[in-house]
Amino acid sequence: MRLNGGQALIKSLEMEGVEVMFGLPGGAILPVYDPIIDSPIRHILVRHEQGAGHMAEGFAHATGRPGVCMVTSGPAATNIVTPLCDAYMDSVPLVCITGQVPFSAIGTDAFQECDTVGITRSVTKHNELVTRAEDIPLAVRQAFHLATTGRPGPVLLDVPKDIVDPNNPRSAMEWHWPSNDEVAASLPGYRPTTKGHPKMIRRAAELIVQARRPVIYAGGGILKARAAEALRELAELCDIHVVTTLMARGAFPDDHPLCLGMPGMHGNYTAVTSMQRSDLLIALGSRFDDRVTGKVDAFAPDAKVIHVDIDPAELGKVRRPDVPIVGDCQLVIEELVAAVRQLIEGGAAFPDRSPWKQTVSGWQERYPLTYEHSEPGEALKPQFVLERLRDNAPGDTIVAAGVGQHQMWTSQYWKFRHPYTFVNSGGLGTMGFSVPAAIGAKVGRPDRTVWAVDGDGCFQMTAQELITAASQGIPVKVAVINNAYLGMVRQWQEMFYEERYSEVYLSPDLPDYKLWAEAMGCAGMRVESPEEVDAAIAKANEIDDRPVVIDFRTASEEKVYPMVPAGKSNDDIIVDPSQRGEAS
Amino acid sequence: MPPQLGLPGTDARHHTLVVLVENKAGVLARVAGLFARRGFNIYSLAVAPTEDERFSRITIVVDVESTSLEQITKQLFKLVNVVKISELDPRDAVERELMLATVRADAATRSQVVELVGLFDGRIVDVGHDELTVSLAGEPDRLDDLEDLLRPFGIVELQRTGRVALPKLERSAPNLRPVRRPA
Repeated sequence: MRLNGGQALIKSLEMEGVEVMFGLPGGAILPVYDPIIDSPIRHILVRHEQGAGHMAEGFAHATGRPGVCMVTSGPAATNIVTPLCDAYMDSVPLVCITGQVPFSAIGTDAFQECDTVGITRSVTKHNELVTRAEDIPLAVRQAFHLATTGRPGPVLLDVPKDIVDPNNPRSAMEWHWPSNDEVAASLPGYRPTTKGHPKMIRRAAELIVQARRPVIYAGGGILKARAAEALRELAELCDIHVVTTLMARGAFPDDHPLCLGMPGMHGNYTAVTSMQRSDLLIALGSRFDDRVTGKVDAFAPDAKVIHVDIDPAELGKVRRPDVPIVGDCQLVIEELVAAVRQLIEGGAAFPDRSPWKQTVSGWQERYPLTYEHSEPGEALKPQFVLERLRDNAPGDTIVAAGVGQHQMWTSQYWKFRHPYTFVNSGGLGTMGFSVPAAIGAKVGRPDRTVWAVDGDGCFQMTAQELITAASQGIPVKVAVINNAYLGMVRQWQEMFYEERYSEVYLSPDLPDYKLWAEAMGCAGMRVESPEEVDAAIAKANEIDDRPVVIDFRTASEEKVYPMVPAGKSNDDIIVDPSQRGEAS
Repeated sequence: MPPQLGLPGTDARHHTLVVLVENKAGVLARVAGLFARRGFNIYSLAVAPTEDERFSRITIVVDVESTSLEQITKQLFKLVNVVKISELDPRDAVERELMLATVRADAATRSQVVELVGLFDGRIVDVGHDELTVSLAGEPDRLDDLEDLLRPFGIVELQRTGRVALPKLERSAPNLRPVRRPA
């Protein structure tokens, strides 16, 4: 079958099972957009290329399938660098296709030319400049294989115009869809280890059976490996508490008696402190991020560490594990469960962990998440908004957050009961993530309610994508936690810069978020007092034919607690003012 | 002065990594970029195709602590185009460099320079009125020595290649420590 490169590219995406892609056309990628008209693939036209990238991420977070985005060369490619880096940091499977100037023009500073492969090299798992039309199907297959296997991540294909332009003889090619073997042979250096080393699994099981104060430190890798069920089996079999990091919220149900919630800089006291005092940390698909460990030297000083990760480079990068296990979390956890069962059948018994359990439940009672409710006439509290959103949403609602205080409150106050219900930017901390990511999640899961919880600062960075949502009929709901500040920066300036507020004030009413939402084809609402909250949420829940934006005017001076100041030990956790003085 | 390998007071020392990569455009940039991003200085680098044209071999000499080296090799393995990495202990490896040096050598000193180069089994590859260009291939230490001895005559220009290395052949003890894909 003779095709041109553009047709081959779209056909390759179809062959990979792509149903939806996010993008924005332009000069160099034009020939690839032509065959989209005849393709069953749904293309969602974004308003800014960054939106395409984050939508593809949101789609991948919510569905587990790779997100696909396509943009043109030059400024479009540079605009999508942020989502690529975001996906790289959070191991999100993404395939990004960028147009490039014709091969003969590369290196001449041609119009809309940039060194896309050079610029994105350090923010992609892999990238490739495709130089011949006949290479396109293999390049696409490699891209999906690399993006979705091993440690998932973004893969970029840079496609020069001449090899996809039917008017150019260089675009002519004979269609051939490579086999799995051909793909494997074309990647001689890529063989991710998925199965754990049996000896290490046995060692780990022995440590688990002996531990008196064990804690499972579950990270985003649990979700990537679709290991939530296996995790639950392990936790219940061994009766071990689980902390779920920001990237693992929902991987273990918040209403499970063994769930301790989120650890880290804004984690709850019990999650943070149980790790500090543990004698065994079972790190599953987590990477000892600085936001979790605090000062590394002071992190969980008495704990032995079992570290399971698909990426060998994570083992020993921050903390040297006693038992390193390279492998897929699901496979390894299943093997661990079997190994522990075997030990139990052989007569091994868990030591008495009741003192530890009492200690943990003592912390939970003394230091629950809390905030000071507003008195009548006082400003609305953001935490209250989150509680009401949570209690009025279906249990399997998908929540996307931006980055900052509202993100931390969302993670703290939402009760995540299902995997793949929290979509957020953890590693890179990309403000503006939530609106496009929520749109991508809703496209992937149209059956679910999708709330974007956003800050006012974040919202202003990517709100234009609500036009995409309105025009495409993607009914996401957006709660803008509008405190008129870059709230987290304000919190740091208050706590660590002697209340010297530098360049951090926005405005509660500039822009007018309600009018802005309406201008973009959404329903717009404003809520200023606690009494109005429930009615507004109920109204938003009823609207299903267009996006909704609620501008929640909240108290500016509210801070996120608990907090472990950057660089400090987790032992120096600062709890809510109402709980101070009784800290142990 | 020849460059000092190994930083005093640390366990940093000179490591030779032999990295087998796919022979493709941009692979060297990926490898070099990874070192730059981790803040490690490449001391010397040589890259050339191997006996199998699908692959190239990059020989990299770095000064790092061994713990950092582990992270470097693990990160290198994550590059899709990297096929194999071996760490060569200099004591168990055959290492070679090539040096070209243009040295001041007028009628009065020319014979001394020629004699010196001859002692090292080097060669005179170009002759000018007041200068000679000499070449020497060999172990890096020998190149250092000749460089030292030539310096009093006046070195006009000097260029050394990156180091290439292969493991010493098996006799009694294993001398090549393959950096295995961690599993």
